[in-house]
Amino acid sequence: MTALFEIIDLHVTVEGRQILRGVNLAVQPGEVHALMGRNGSGKSTLANALMGHPKYEVTHGEVRLGGNSLLGLPPDERARQGLFLAFQNPISIPGVGTGNFLRAAVKAVRGTESINAVQFRKELAERMQHLQIDPSFATRALNEGFSGGEKKRAEMLQLAMLKPRMAVLDEPDSGLDIDAVRIVSEGINQVHQQQPDMGLLLITHYQRILNYITPGTVHVMANGRIVESGGAELVQLLESEGYDPTLRRLGIEDAELNGVPTHGR
Amino acid sequence: MAVKAQDLSKDYKYGFSDPEQYAFKSRRGLDREIVEQISAYKKEPEWMLQFRLRALEIFGQKPMPTWPAAHLEEIDFQNIFYYVRPSENNAENSWEDVPSYIKDTFDKLGIPEAERKFLAGVSAQYESEVVYHSIREDLTKQGVIFLDMDSALREYPDIVKEYFGTVIPAADNKFAALNSAVWSGGSFIYVPKNTQVEIPLQAYFRINAENMGQFERTLIIADEGSRVHYIEGCTAPVYSSDSLHSAVVELIARPGSHIRYTTIQNWSNNVYNLVTKRAVAYEDATVEWVDGNLGSKVTMKYPAVYLLGPRARAEILSVAFAGAGQLQDAGGKVIHAAPDTTSTITSKSISKDGGRAAYRGLLKVARGATRAKSFVRCDALLLDQESRSDTYPSIEIDEERVDIGHEASVSKVSDEQLFYLQSRGLTETEAKTMIVNGFFEAFTKELPMEYAVELNRLLALQMEGAIG
Repeated sequence: MTALFEIIDLHVTVEGRQILRGVNLAVQPGEVHALMGRNGSGKSTLANALMGHPKYEVTHGEVRLGGNSLLGLPPDERARQGLFLAFQNPISIPGVGTGNFLRAAVKAVRGTESINAVQFRKELAERMQHLQIDPSFATRALNEGFSGGEKKRAEMLQLAMLKPRMAVLDEPDSGLDIDAVRIVSEGINQVHQQQPDMGLLLITHYQRILNYITPGTVHVMANGRIVESGGAELVQLLESEGYDPTLRRLGIEDAELNGVPTHGR
Repeated sequence: MAVKAQDLSKDYKYGFSDPEQYAFKSRRGLDREIVEQISAYKKEPEWMLQFRLRALEIFGQKPMPTWPAAHLEEIDFQNIFYYVRPSENNAENSWEDVPSYIKDTFDKLGIPEAERKFLAGVSAQYESEVVYHSIREDLTKQGVIFLDMDSALREYPDIVKEYFGTVIPAADNKFAALNSAVWSGGSFIYVPKNTQVEIPLQAYFRINAENMGQFERTLIIADEGSRVHYIEGCTAPVYSSDSLHSAVVELIARPGSHIRYTTIQNWSNNVYNLVTKRAVAYEDATVEWVDGNLGSKVTMKYPAVYLLGPRARAEILSVAFAGAGQLQDAGGKVIHAAPDTTSTITSKSISKDGGRAAYRGLLKVARGATRAKSFVRCDALLLDQESRSDTYPSIEIDEERVDIGHEASVSKVSDEQLFYLQSRGLTETEAKTMIVNGFFEAFTKELPMEYAVELNRLLALQMEGAIG
């Protein structure tokens, strides 16, 4: 079976520094993968490189969605191909209403579906309700003055509205209290139920979001590579042992780990 | 340069022109004879002719403004046509009676449609004269006067004589003097006491001929407790040599009245747009200038409010978009001359493709204007490295008990913003346009819906081709 989403031997530099050193990963339709790792291990670099941030230069490797290469395409083209990235720290766009922005984004990404204004408003209202987002949100400027939790929920709202084939979620749980983690997780699960073929790559630092979202596969990243992959039991191991002993057992030295600069974004 | 100008304006949809079929066109250039000719053609009273001739003298004596990098010395005053009368008739009250080629032009610009949809009155000026004029009957019954300035001078000579040139005397500046000498057309509005004109009155200004000079003159008087909103829009064809638009706009806001004056200037990139706009606001009156500058080669415009009565209020909100080869030198002036007066000046500019935008403002608080309160905010957005933005705020405070704030910012479209929007499927151009629209949002939301939509569409046109 051809994978929905494939990352093959991906090498990425940022401003001349090698950050990713050969990442391999394949997601089948409907699968949920978790990518865990310490700060600076390269998780966010992977997320940004996949979406095509101009600062992240792919020096080697391949990324395919539905068998088609994404490398060389601008970010908007990747989005239209069905890739979605939920940002760890979404930036604000002053003066641009969240509702208007979403309408433009839905048009751009789901274009052929030609969703009309009435359908759009109905769908938006439903999705906002599921994510416990206040209706006034739609008229507020995108991410401007949003609390940390509101930003994360706004990202999940975009995920729900854009209906990607493959979603990369970069720490959707960071900075959230336990109730907010639950709301965001339920939002993700709900989208997944409605689109069971969507692939998910959930990047996270902590176990707690994985109490709500059960990954089929868990990957551990260190020093720009995936150093271990396994089932959900790997999460328990990391949680009980911590990263260092696990990594040491895998033969990765502290010195090497500490040598990797932080690129958390 | 001519070739370049064509390239730049390929997306300017108002760039078409009509063949000239005029009733009268003065020869090129400016002298006493031309001024006498204009006045005679209009059968004006003697005082107006004298006013014009005095102004012509002043124009000759006044030096050019020297501050902006506008190269105003390139204006050849002897190469301009100062008076072009499109038709023998005065302003028509029936759309059907407007000459058909002019009607077609305004049809293309969407004027009759706009009138049907959401306006209380319309005035359409073509070259030097207003060719069409209408006002809703219910407003006339309430005593509201909305006329072209020439008709107002014929029908209400006493009111015009009393106020004309009192807010902006001919000697104010060189271009005010020029306008005073050769003015033609423009609007006259009088709103009686306690009369609320809830929907906007609109004037539309169109230059058609090459090397044309358009010098409309507008006077609005809002009597005590009244309210009025006036909107003007401007376009011109694209020519390789320049035209001149130099208007004078005087507003008089009597106690407790409210005037809002909205401009969407979208001249083609061969028009010098040098306009003097000033208002006086008496006790408890409010004046709002909402001023959008997209087109023109050079715009110099600083709408002013003189706060003459206690608790009078001024709001100046201006935006400017400076593209390739354009200089937008805009801003605002507020003079606090009475206690408890308040003002806000908000200026937003965008520069792109080497365009230059400047904010030039004056805030003055006279002695005795106690508890005056003012806030000035200027934000500039640069879309590339070649473009430029300057801020020249001037603040003169002669009173101690005041509350004055000033904030300025210059920002660039960030890579992170672009990446974020692009990751949601928007192309780079769409993403930039969205950021630009967002930047102007504080302005756009003050416009009637139809204008807001049109402005965003114009901005999108300006943004296309922005990326190589």
